[in-house]
Order: sequence, then C-alpha cells, then structure tokens
Amino acid sequence: MSSQSTTPLEYQGQQNQMTILGFWIFLGAEIVLFSTLFASYFVLEHNTAGGPTGEELFMLKEVLIETFLLLTSSFTCGLAIHEMRNGNKRDTIVWLIVTLLLGLGFVYMEISEFIHYVHEGATIQTSGFLSGFFTLLGTHGLHVSLGIGWVTLLIIQMMKRGITPVTARKVFVASLYWHFLDVVWIFIFTFVYLKGMM
Amino acid sequence: MSKGHKGFPWNHVIGFFLSIALTIFAVLMVQYTDFSKSTVMFIIGTLAILQAAIQLFMFMHITEGKSGVINIINITYSVFLAVVIVVGSIWILTTGHAAH
Amino acid sequence: MTWDQFFVTGDPLILASQIAIALTMVGLVVLVTYLKRWKWLWKEWFTTVDHKKIGIMYILAGVVMFFRGGVDGLMMKAQTSRPELEFLDAQHYDEVFTTHGVIMILFMAMPMLIGIMNVVIPLQIGARDVAFPKLNALSFWVFFVGAMLFNISFVIGGSPDAGWTAYFPLAGKEFTPGVGNNYYAIALQIAGIGTLATGVNFIVTILKMRAPGMTLMKMPMFTWTALVTNVIIVAAFPILTVALAFMTLDRLFGTHFFTVAAGGDPMLWLNLFWLWGHPEVYIVVLPAFGMFSEVISTFSRKNLYGYKSMVASIVGIAFLSMLVWVHHFYTMGNSGAVNSVFSITTMAIAIPTGVKIFNWLFTMRKGRIKFTNAMLWSLAFIPCFTIGGVTGVMLAMAAADYQYHNTMFLVAHFHYVLIPGVVFAVFAGLYYWWPKMFGFKLNEKIGYWHFWLFVIGFNVTFMPMFFVGLDGMSRRMFTYSASTGWGPLLGLSAIGALILAAGFAALCYNIYWSFRYASRDVGNDPWDARTLEWATASPPPHYNFAKVPEVSQLDEFWENKKAGITGLKKNEIEEIHMPSNSWTPLFMAVAFGIVGFFLVFEWFIPAAISAVLIVIGLILNSFDYDHGYHVSVEEVEETERKWRGDLK
Repeated sequence: MSSQSTTPLEYQGQQNQMTILGFWIFLGAEIVLFSTLFASYFVLEHNTAGGPTGEELFMLKEVLIETFLLLTSSFTCGLAIHEMRNGNKRDTIVWLIVTLLLGLGFVYMEISEFIHYVHEGATIQTSGFLSGFFTLLGTHGLHVSLGIGWVTLLIIQMMKRGITPVTARKVFVASLYWHFLDVVWIFIFTFVYLKGMM
Repeated sequence: MSKGHKGFPWNHVIGFFLSIALTIFAVLMVQYTDFSKSTVMFIIGTLAILQAAIQLFMFMHITEGKSGVINIINITYSVFLAVVIVVGSIWILTTGHAAH
Repeated sequence: MTWDQFFVTGDPLILASQIAIALTMVGLVVLVTYLKRWKWLWKEWFTTVDHKKIGIMYILAGVVMFFRGGVDGLMMKAQTSRPELEFLDAQHYDEVFTTHGVIMILFMAMPMLIGIMNVVIPLQIGARDVAFPKLNALSFWVFFVGAMLFNISFVIGGSPDAGWTAYFPLAGKEFTPGVGNNYYAIALQIAGIGTLATGVNFIVTILKMRAPGMTLMKMPMFTWTALVTNVIIVAAFPILTVALAFMTLDRLFGTHFFTVAAGGDPMLWLNLFWLWGHPEVYIVVLPAFGMFSEVISTFSRKNLYGYKSMVASIVGIAFLSMLVWVHHFYTMGNSGAVNSVFSITTMAIAIPTGVKIFNWLFTMRKGRIKFTNAMLWSLAFIPCFTIGGVTGVMLAMAAADYQYHNTMFLVAHFHYVLIPGVVFAVFAGLYYWWPKMFGFKLNEKIGYWHFWLFVIGFNVTFMPMFFVGLDGMSRRMFTYSASTGWGPLLGLSAIGALILAAGFAALCYNIYWSFRYASRDVGNDPWDARTLEWATASPPPHYNFAKVPEVSQLDEFWENKKAGITGLKKNEIEEIHMPSNSWTPLFMAVAFGIVGFFLVFEWFIPAAISAVLIVIGLILNSFDYDHGYHVSVEEVEETERKWRGDLK
C-alpha cells in the first residue's frame, strides 16, 4: 500500500483492532447459532402434525418485499461506512438513518406476516415444523430489532462526538452485524421460503 | 486496503445489484422452471452462497485490517461447523429409527 | 402458587440446609460489617476488572461449588452403600445426581479452569490484562449469578431431577411439571453467556496481546491449550444456547421441539445436547493438559518433549472433538452407517491423546525430577487417566456399547477421565501457581496428605464401579436388592468416597494453614520455572509487568536466567495505561439473575419489567467512554523497588 492510503479510523489503535477481531469471532459463534437453528428446522420441517404446511402458508410477494428491504438496508449501511471513511459525518448519519428505516420496514412486514399466519391457525404451538419456523425467523427478527436499537444509540453518539476512532469503530462493528443479518436472511429466504414453496 | 475510499462507491453498487439480481433469479428458478426439486435446490443454494460471499467480501471487507487472515480462518472454520451441524443432524435424525 | 410450593418443605435435610444458608448469609453480612470491609469488597473485588482478581474469584467459586457437588456425591454414595437403604427417596436421589453432574461440570470444573486461565494467561504472554477487561468481569459475574440461581433451586421451588443430560421427553413439562427443570434451562443459559464471552475474550487476548517476539510457536503450552479451548468454547456454546432456548420454549411456551406429540422430536435434544456436550469434555480437559505440560516440564528441569507434536495433537483434538458426538447415544436407534462412522472418529481421537501421554513421559525421561505436590498430581494423572482412556476406547465401539451403555461402567469411565484429567490438573495448577497468586506457597507436607488421601480415595471409589457396571448395574439406580450381590463393592466405593472427602478437607485445611502460617518470602520464582509469569513479583502488581518483556525463543525467561539476564533498568520504566473499575458488569449480571428467577417461576410480567434493567445496562455501557487511567512512573518505580530491591 502506498503511504497516502491511510488506515481507516476504525482500525487505529490496538484496542480498536482487537474489538473488530473480537466481533468477527463473535460472528463465528453466530454462524454456529444460526446453523443449529437451521438444522433443527430442517429436522422438524415435515412434522406438520396435521397443521398447515409451508407451501400452504408462505406468501411470496410479502417475503420478496422483506428481502428487498433488507438487501437495500445492507447496501445503505455499506454506504454509511463509505461516507464515514471519507470523514463525512452528515452523510454517514443520513445513510444510517435510511438503514434504520428500512430495517424498521422489514420488522413491520415480518410482524404482520406472523400475525397473518396466526390468523390462519399457524402458531408456534401448532406443530414441530412451526415451532422451528417461528423460532428461526423470530431469532433473526430479534437480532434485527436489537440492531435497530444499537444503531440508534450509535447515531446519538456520532452526532455528539463526530467521527472519532472510537465512534468509527463502533459504527463499523454495528455495520458488520447488520451485513451478517442480511447473510442469514439470504439463507432463510432460500432454504425456508423458496424451498418450502416448491 | 483502503482503495475506493474516495469517489463513487462502485464496490457497493455492484454488490447491491448483484444481490438483487441473484435473488430474482432464484425466485424465477423456483416459480418458472420444471427442473427436479433437487436440481433447483442445488442451484438456488449455490446462489445463496454466492450472495453470502458478496456480503462478506464486498460489504464486510473481511480481508482488510491486520487480522484479515485470522478472519478468513475463523469464518472458514465456522462454515465447516455449520456444515457438520446441519448435515450431521439431518443424517442422524432422518435415517435409522426415523426411516421406519 | 402457595408458600409451601415456593419454599421446599418437608425434608429435614433440606430444612437444615435452609437454616444453614440463612445463618451463613446473615453471618457474612455481620462479619463484613463488623470488619468494616464493605468499601474494600466493592472497590477491590465487586467492581474489579483485574484479570488476576477475577481469576481468584472464579477459583473461589469453584472451590465452593466443589464442596456443594461433593456433598451431593457423598449423599449418593451413602444411599447406595448398602442394599435397600432408605436414606434418600427416589425423588431426592434423582435431584441429587442431577445437581451433582451439572455443578461438577459447569460450576466446578469450568470456573476452576477459567479461573486459572484468567490468572495465568495474560502473565504468561507478557500482557497487562485481557483484551476486554470489562467483558471479563461481566463473564465472571454472569457465570456466578447463573451458578447461584441453579444452586438455590433445592431450597426454593425444587431441584431439577431429569439428570444432568436432561433428556426429553422426561425433562419436558408433561413428565417434569415443577420448576426444577426451568432452573436448569435458565441458569445454564445465563452462565453460558459468560462462558461464550470468555471464549471470545481469550482468543483475542492470545492472538493480539502476546509480548513482542512471541510467535505462535513460541507460546507456552498452557497458552496453546487455552487458545484451542476457547476456540472450542466459541464453536460449541452457541449450540447449547439454542438447545436450552428450545427447552425453555417447550417448557414455558408450549412449543413442540422435543415433545412426543405434535411433531416434536425428543431425539433432537440428544443430538443438540451432545453436539455441545462432547466438545465440552475437551473444553475442560485441554487446559488441564496444558497445566500438566507446564508442571512436568518445570519439575523435570527439561523443556517439553515434542512441542510441535503437542501443538499438532491439540489442534487435532479440537478438530475431531466436533465429529464424535453420536458416541453418547449409539443406542438411540441410529442407522448402522451413523454408528460406524462415529465409532471410527471416536477411536481416532484417542491417537492425539496418546501422543500427549508419550510426550509427557519423554519429558520426564532423564530429567532431574522434583517431587513437589504439583508434580505428584501430574504423575498420578498419567496412569489414572490412561485407565479412563482405555475404557473409553471400549465404549467407543458401538456394538460393544450396547452392553455398557448407561451402566455404572460408563459412570466409572467418565469419572476416571474427568477426575484425573480435570481435578488433578486443577490441584497441580493450584499448588504450582498459588505462590504467584498469593505470595506464599501451600504447605507441601499437608499437601502430601491431600494427595494420598485423594488419589487413594478416588481409586477406591470408582474402581468398584467398573465391576458393578459390568455386572449389570445401571446408572442412576437409587437402590438395589441384596440378591444382586453388589452390596460389598458399593460399600467399598462408599468408603472410598469418605477418603476422597478427607482429601478435600486436607486441601481446605492446607489453604487455611498456609494462609495463617506459611512464609511470605517466596520471591518471584519459587520453583525455578520457565515461563514469563515467574518474571514478575508474587503476587504481581496490578499492571503485571513494569516493562513489557521481549521474547525471542520458547521459555525465554528460563534461557535468560541461564544467561544471567535479569533485572529492570530505571530508565526503562514508562507510564502505564490501565482500565478503570466498573460496576456495570455486576449490575448486568444481577439483572440477568432477576429476570432469570422470574422466568423460572413463569412470572412473565415481572420478568418483562426487570428485563428493562438489562436494557438500561446495555445503554449505559454503550455511552461509557471511560478510557482508563495512567499509572505514573514514580508509582511503578516504588512498586518495583519493593520486590526487586534497587533498580539498575
């Protein structure tokens, strides 16, 4: 690397580097956590116990909208980091807020999807399949909701303190988390919804 | 490691359009083709892995920083664990007693 | 719910415990108040982020839990000492073997090992603390609250009684309706959060905070085992998190993960439990291997034989440990292919373990062995553990396992693995690092009593269990008839347990005696040891090293001693940056405990309200920009003079 390509702010200092590495390792644990949820869902998938099946329940249009909301939020989150690395505080915050709004839209859509299922008589207590389904999706949704709360706190800190090595590191770590949830969703979309609809 | 800092974020835009395109392609595979279920699953599974790679490399910059190598080992190991857990659980719990 | 459902009543043993617990708590409060030590406790311990103090608290908690789990064990041994005794009824016996297992594995072995890791690892790699000191404090407090929540179950609400493995459908609401198994699900979940955080923390610490020049292949063996152990923690604990979450959902919210009805699959629980449970065995046994390596090398006055093969075998074990879990349930009705594959992987894991045994033996070969207490434990470990290992290979063969499964033979096997593999190691580690932690040695003479009583007691207790097992006694039987002919062997086993208990008492007496009377003049390196933790004072100053050591080879400290390079130059001292104390870890842990307690009793509204405390803790933490403080050059100089004499 040439001398003018400076290290991004979030990597400056030993503590920042350690925090980012630690978070990657935590994401490794998250991969294990979600794969356990997936494994259990796959084992229970066909145990509908006379209740509704995935094919009967899943709604492609709503799920596609959720997918696009989350994919776009992952993109805008990436833009926020891009702007942060350019030292552009205002645009960073704007993109973070857009990310949050998209995330909120996703959570809203998911909750209404769940309510719809419950009205169809498909609750978490109906069958092994639905216990696995709601727990896998719910864990992901809970992660997104936590992410929304977390990023909100970081926006406040960035407004107060500007882009410093510490705030930059915090926002960067949160962005890793957000992209990761998008990865999980891609697998949910493919292996729960698309597979279930076939 | 900091290439593409300034200027237009091409990396992100390309990644975004790729992920949208891959999603739509997967839906089309499921809705409008007559391949067998396992063929379709294989294709859309591959697409999902591609999308995950886009997120990891184009959005999350997994290789940047001084710990890039550690990150790669860490994620590779986690993926290995994920395969063991998913494939192992399905194999154990859907053969033998469950097959009867 | 009425009061007599809330408090467990009607059993004189439990009533006595309730009174004893109440009196102890009142006594402690009075004592601390009388000695005016509240402020000291708060400043020096409750809010500390110092890895050495956190480690000591872990070890203390581990010793207390050893006592609790040991009493459970003695009660089981008393009950089965004669045929058809009526000391405990079936229900009480079920509760006792359940809490014995959970406490010994999760609340004794784990904190002991994590505690020693906490004290030793940063010192051994030449660091001033762990990567995330505040997270480390959170790990401890969350573990401690989880352990306490689990422990109060026997006086409030009733203990879990479905075995430490909590197999479904028995552990489900249908067959175990009380709150006991809620305690299991929630207390383990809370403690598990702490363990996972420890895993992340130590991986980053070891990868990123090593002294300059200490490459991976120049790390001490205990550091290597700690690194690999924490990798396994991060790999395995999320599985337990999910399994326990499913259990909680099944019991509290009527889902169907493990139920027999409505499409649940009880065997899914076995699968998930052992996906975590088998790696857990290696989580507790690998750091023990590291400790033995340090002790054997130090007291043989030789460097560790086959360092590279040792590293390779540890990494190999870590890899294979994730591929053997089915050997815990061969008899579940798996397909032949499943059982065959897992038989092979299980036998394969014996190979790297065998490599280590030979490495230790060759380390001792032609060494000038010093028979200190720490070394004695390491020597006793090798034959005892080998018996555990050989019986393990017997159990590994799926076809043969149909005979051994769930018999006392299995129980004897895993006690022969875990007691030499973990408990002996913890004792070796305690005798070895005690002077580093506290600045005085444990008494070697009392230590011999401790050693001989414990080792003899251990063998007398568990050896007979192999034979009653082969004779058909299944585990978890609360009584048996005289016609089985097991009476004499089980009676012998009970006598062994008493000897074992006497050994533990000798340890406690040793701690007391040494605390009162042992010489405080041990210097920084009482054993003439090899690794960096011995290069600083005993006990080390809170900043560990006045100057971060530089390393160019394995056992740098030992080589420097031989070359005569020691001491510290005055102009080398610089200002040292240290993290500040924090009360938020304790606050968060208590909040988790309160929420957990309400969830155990399925009081959802109070649980939701107190969950706000956790959110507040998280917000406070996010807004905390404390960057720590600096220790001045003068202060460092003064502290260093105290133990070094004059500086150069």
